Amino acid sequence: MDKPKTVKILKFHPEKCDGCLLCEKACSKVHFKSDEGGDKSAIRIIKDGKSYKMHVCDQRGLCLDMCPVGALQRRKNGIVWLDKEVCIGCQACVGFCPIGAMRKSEARIEPFKCISCGACVRACPNGALELVEVKIDRIKEVVYHNLGAE
Amino acid sequence: MVEGQIPIEEYDTGNTKHKWDFKKLKQAHRVVFKYSYKKGKVEKGYTNRTLYINLSKKEIKEKKVTEEMKKIFTGGRGFGLKLLWDSIKPTTRWDSDENDLVITTGPLCGTTQYPGSGKSLCLTVSPSTNIICDSNVGGFFGPYLKFAGFDAIEIQGKAKHDVVIIIDGEKGKILIETAPLEETDTHLLSEQLTSMYASEDTDKSRQKVSVVTSGKGAENSYWGCMNFSFYDIRRKVPRVKQAGRGGLGTVLRNKNIKAIITKVEKVSGISNNPADPVTLAKIGTKLHREVRDLDRYQCNMRAVGTAHLVEIMDEYDLLPTENYRFGSFPKASKIYSPEFYKYFTKIIPDGCWHGCTMACAKTVDGFTVMTGPYKGQKVTVDGPEYETVGCGANMSIWDPLWILEFNFYCDTYGLDTISTGTAIAFYMEMYEYGILNKKRCDGIELCFGNSYAVLELLHRIASGDKGEFVQVASKGIRRVKDWLIKNGWGDKNLIEDCGMESKGLEYSEYVTKESLAMQGGYGLTLKGPQHDEAWLIFMDMVNNAIPTFKDKAEALHYFPMWRTWFGLNGLCKLPWNDIEPANNAETDDPTKVPEHVQNYVDYQSAMTGKKITKEELILQSERCYNWQRAMNVWMGRGRRKDDWIPFRSMGPVTDMEYISRKDRYDRYLAEKIGISEKEIEKMNLKEKMKILYDFRQDQYQKLADAVYFRRGWTPNGVPTPQKMKQLGIDNPEMLKFLQETIEKDDKDGLNVWGGKYGKGEEPPSIQPKYWEKW
Repeated sequence: MDKPKTVKILKFHPEKCDGCLLCEKACSKVHFKSDEGGDKSAIRIIKDGKSYKMHVCDQRGLCLDMCPVGALQRRKNGIVWLDKEVCIGCQACVGFCPIGAMRKSEARIEPFKCISCGACVRACPNGALELVEVKIDRIKEVVYHNLGAE
Repeated sequence: MVEGQIPIEEYDTGNTKHKWDFKKLKQAHRVVFKYSYKKGKVEKGYTNRTLYINLSKKEIKEKKVTEEMKKIFTGGRGFGLKLLWDSIKPTTRWDSDENDLVITTGPLCGTTQYPGSGKSLCLTVSPSTNIICDSNVGGFFGPYLKFAGFDAIEIQGKAKHDVVIIIDGEKGKILIETAPLEETDTHLLSEQLTSMYASEDTDKSRQKVSVVTSGKGAENSYWGCMNFSFYDIRRKVPRVKQAGRGGLGTVLRNKNIKAIITKVEKVSGISNNPADPVTLAKIGTKLHREVRDLDRYQCNMRAVGTAHLVEIMDEYDLLPTENYRFGSFPKASKIYSPEFYKYFTKIIPDGCWHGCTMACAKTVDGFTVMTGPYKGQKVTVDGPEYETVGCGANMSIWDPLWILEFNFYCDTYGLDTISTGTAIAFYMEMYEYGILNKKRCDGIELCFGNSYAVLELLHRIASGDKGEFVQVASKGIRRVKDWLIKNGWGDKNLIEDCGMESKGLEYSEYVTKESLAMQGGYGLTLKGPQHDEAWLIFMDMVNNAIPTFKDKAEALHYFPMWRTWFGLNGLCKLPWNDIEPANNAETDDPTKVPEHVQNYVDYQSAMTGKKITKEELILQSERCYNWQRAMNVWMGRGRRKDDWIPFRSMGPVTDMEYISRKDRYDRYLAEKIGISEKEIEKMNLKEKMKILYDFRQDQYQKLADAVYFRRGWTPNGVPTPQKMKQLGIDNPEMLKFLQETIEKDDKDGLNVWGGKYGKGEEPPSIQPKYWEKW
């Protein structure tokens, strides 16, 4: 299998965000069939002074090496995918994610993460979110999770 | 940590690949007897039943775990003691038909969220000590045994021919099959069986199988270890962890068990069905983050495992060198952890159970074997851990590659590296003094530093060599001491003082000469000199935090109880204090790591659903600890005379040991014994050594006095019925036995303190039979 070279990751335009959290609700719908957002959402929008920050996985994949059972794999489209059928719920990836983007909800033992599905992009009424294609080798330099208000 | 990954499919160890005809191997199997069971569910950490197999009677049955059993024995090692008490007799020896080999799990065993939660506790009557030996081991077997349906497995009797025991958690079947054609040595046998019993030909399927094996060395020695496998989906080999101490693998092979195999249908994060999985995930994640942020600045376990200790021990004069004569050596830097780091495979999750992010289980892959039957093959070496490197130092082997060679053969032959290394170091010292020589060693030049000779001895043991030396050497230090003395070779006192064994078990790899508390940590133990009960050297020697006998006794009460607790629950001790919270030093009791103790309180509560306190954790241990000591007494071994330790562990036995640390010992004579500097100058070496010898022997007896008293025992080291009742143990047979023993000791004049108390000194109690007033 050829290694994926690019991956789509989320880019945030804080100036367009009004903090409505429809993105989080759309995300929790994908992962938990619930529109609660919050702890059940892989993307989080955090108020920061008068503006907002986005906190989400950047598909960097440092967690791949943490998984003892191979539940974390980089898929053909480049995203880091957690197979919850294989996952044994050890939380090693949650604990070791350097940016805290591997998430755990109280609803189940297996963690979950952003899969770049675009549900949040579609849900945002203001166009504050965008999926952009980046080279996997360059993700470390891009680090979109840091974009937003300082 | 290096960024960038080795994709699971792409990693290649470079090991020699083996092709076996599995069909042929399987066709040669014959089912001897079998049993079907109803698959159960784990409830709050317990399956509430144990599996009993009798190989002589061809019987298999389930035993119920009662609430009372859980209350008194908690689980794990505690369950093992209960099962042994019900099955063996005081006269049972390691090779008796009724000797019971027990592998237990514990209520927290198999949790994936908290690091270090996959330990099995193995117990049996040991060939080395003739009392119960317990050994704590990683690998997948314990968790899988539980998920297959049992809190423990016990095996009595012996099979007529080599058998494998299969616990099939997928189908709910136990099978005892002959296995005539498989290999015996672990690295091959575990690979064969893992492939043969996996449901599908995939790595994920092989990962759901775990096997317990030993090897040819175990058959021909008293040092047999049991290897517990854990299949590595990246390296694509079953790796192994050892239940090393006390010859458990020897018992396994004596029962003609080639392997025990367990497989499971599925493992999930809640296979234990905990009462509160949310809390478990929270405290587990908290610890993962501590490991992530702090390990590289603390123990560096994730990079080099326990081998990080080598340089620390060398610096503090604690690394056993040339049979514990010295604690450091000029060449020691050749075997510091960075030297092994060069060979270790990096950035692979190296936990011996899922979710252990301490990941201390390092390997060298593609190691080219240099001697013996596997010469030239490329293999995965599991380790070396600190103890194995320490054995290198003890045998004066300063080459990492030869330590790896020793490590590999010990593992695959099923030999405990600690007992093997410590014993050979003793034989080497005897060789240096001429008490042993080439002729007496069956032609082996067993001198310090001779790596070839060490491996030669291992190969001869494994091949069943009938030479007199090989035969007796493989039974350990105690038997060799008796053999040397019987032959009139060498001075009896020198032999007794140099050979590092107590209760018949070889010491593990720390020099204890300057720490009285640690001498107690080795001598005043249940199974023999192993550091898993207490490690007090820094607290005692470096920080002088426990200066009085009473302080030391308190430490020799608390820490053995605390460390016993891990074994009752199926846990590893390392994540307790080999990683510490950043603010640990500022807490009121840093040596106990209070925040982590609280983690364990929360952890057990979250599993069982029962609220508990940290004091109750100690109480859980105290019950089992006292029970095991009482069983030692019951088997004729658990008294003051049995807590004897060799003088090599207390101070300098030979002139060169004194001279090489002359300033230290001269100062000791002045400061601790109160001899004036003038007098010391006048004394010759012999006189000084004699004074030191007598003083330190007396110190050890005084320490034993204080510890026995603190633990609630008689001055002869026997647990009292009063103490047992306080702990909630009311087994009438046990209480009656203890009462009778104490009365007999009284008649024999044995209930007296061991120390010589001078003016201004007092024994722990001046009341005779102080325990009767409790």
